[in-house]
Amino acid sequence: MVQSVFSNVASRYDLMNDAMSLYTHRLWKDDFVRHSLDPGRRGPLNVLDVAGGTGDIALRILDHAREKYADRETTVTMVDLNPEMLQEGRTRFKKTMYHNTPQIDFVVANAQELPEDTFPSDSADLYTIAFGIRNCTSIPDVLKSAYRVLKPGGVFACLEFSIPINPLFRRVYDDYSFSIIPLLGTILAGDRESYQYLVESIRKFPTQPEFAQMIRDAGFTTGEDKDGKGGAWRGLFGGIASIHTGVKV
Amino acid sequence: MSILARIPKSPTQLPRAALALQGRRHRSAPAYPGHIPLNAFENAFLAVGSGITALLNPRRGDMVAALGETTGQCALPGLLDKMLSSPEGRRVLKARPRVNTDTVSLPSLRALPANTFGNTYVSWLDRTGVTPDTRSQVHYINDPELAYVMQRYRECHDFYHTLFGFPVSVQYELALKVFEALHFGLPMAYMSALLGPLRVKSELKAMLLRDYVPWAMRVAAECKPLITVYWEERWEQDLGELKAELGAWDPPVEAKWGKKLTESDREAARRAKAAAAESAGDASV
Repeated sequence: MVQSVFSNVASRYDLMNDAMSLYTHRLWKDDFVRHSLDPGRRGPLNVLDVAGGTGDIALRILDHAREKYADRETTVTMVDLNPEMLQEGRTRFKKTMYHNTPQIDFVVANAQELPEDTFPSDSADLYTIAFGIRNCTSIPDVLKSAYRVLKPGGVFACLEFSIPINPLFRRVYDDYSFSIIPLLGTILAGDRESYQYLVESIRKFPTQPEFAQMIRDAGFTTGEDKDGKGGAWRGLFGGIASIHTGVKV
Repeated sequence: MSILARIPKSPTQLPRAALALQGRRHRSAPAYPGHIPLNAFENAFLAVGSGITALLNPRRGDMVAALGETTGQCALPGLLDKMLSSPEGRRVLKARPRVNTDTVSLPSLRALPANTFGNTYVSWLDRTGVTPDTRSQVHYINDPELAYVMQRYRECHDFYHTLFGFPVSVQYELALKVFEALHFGLPMAYMSALLGPLRVKSELKAMLLRDYVPWAMRVAAECKPLITVYWEERWEQDLGELKAELGAWDPPVEAKWGKKLTESDREAARRAKAAAAESAGDASV
């Protein structure tokens, strides 16, 4: 079902993201790459961008490493289950300077079972998954796969929707999600069901402490069970999105 | 009937329309297959959004349909009352007939004599390349009976084409929209009739205003309410006799026919493919 949802939304994905989040998803992704990841600070990285889709994170990683640290050796492998989304990513990258360079690569694969021949164990420095893990059927399998593929000292970073903590804000957010987003899907993309699915999948996702525990269960070391500095996650915009990080020791 | 007579004089004349737009927060269960319940705010949001999209991209048929449904709440109860006031209309509401190639047997209509309404309809379908299968489902009207009235209005559009002998080119569609706006009172029809001519070449616009609009205005006012007609009972009726009974008469100028549309061929190909896939599936079981 997830496959068909993303095949339907692939071509209008970026437009819909801009419309639904009123452009704020760009701010979240900028924050994620600049402050949580900061790629290139300690040398070139081998990055795995899973559920990379249309390439928002992959491009930001490469640009940040190049602009801030003059790093042209960082490589990103974009992984996605859906070939149409990956094709949109390829098209996006063709417009950049990374096209046909060893810095970017595209692979169709299932995040729950990354094949050992293409993704050997202990090979990646950084594993990122942005707005993708909630669509996976088995989150523990994704986390186990991530743990296998990361080198010791490697970082797991996940940017995902969460539920706002403030009850008043949560009420406004709920109204917006269930009223406006499916209607925006109907108007802009002619597809109500896919966006209804997206909104419901956010509600089904574990809470921030639960997800932090799942990351620890997979073997990662995280911060304490709190938001912000020293914590296992960092909330954005009052908790609409959260960045969870963990290190493989 | 004049437009002024349609404006309700007291709140008691409004109950059904008022019920149709509720200010609830929580989503109700669907009242019929394909129903997407919307509250008043969502209805307004979709009306504005679909209106803008339909203007910018008229090929988005789903947006045109959505605009009609979100703005139709005021006129539909009046149409329902007209149907309830006539014995034929009540029969339509009871049977709720639908018009598509599954419910209407086109081969049997082709076998009818040439002067009948049924044969004229199927000849019109063949000549224009239109198929009745491409009318969209109603989604955004909360009352199931009003939803049926909207569906019936949408599906009977081709019958009005047949009645007046109009092809599907833009000036005739606009003439029919003027007729429908004044006869049925639906806001969407008024919008199309007023905004549609903006996209049309000036000589066609002049032709429309000179030849068809005065005629459409008079026929709309004087003919029997077409929403009450049980068209499926009248396949064998002579077309001239039907027009006399309904009080409709032909426009003063003969219609000019253009190229055939591809939609009926495309729809037939799609059905053939679906049937082949199904039989292949059955064979493999």
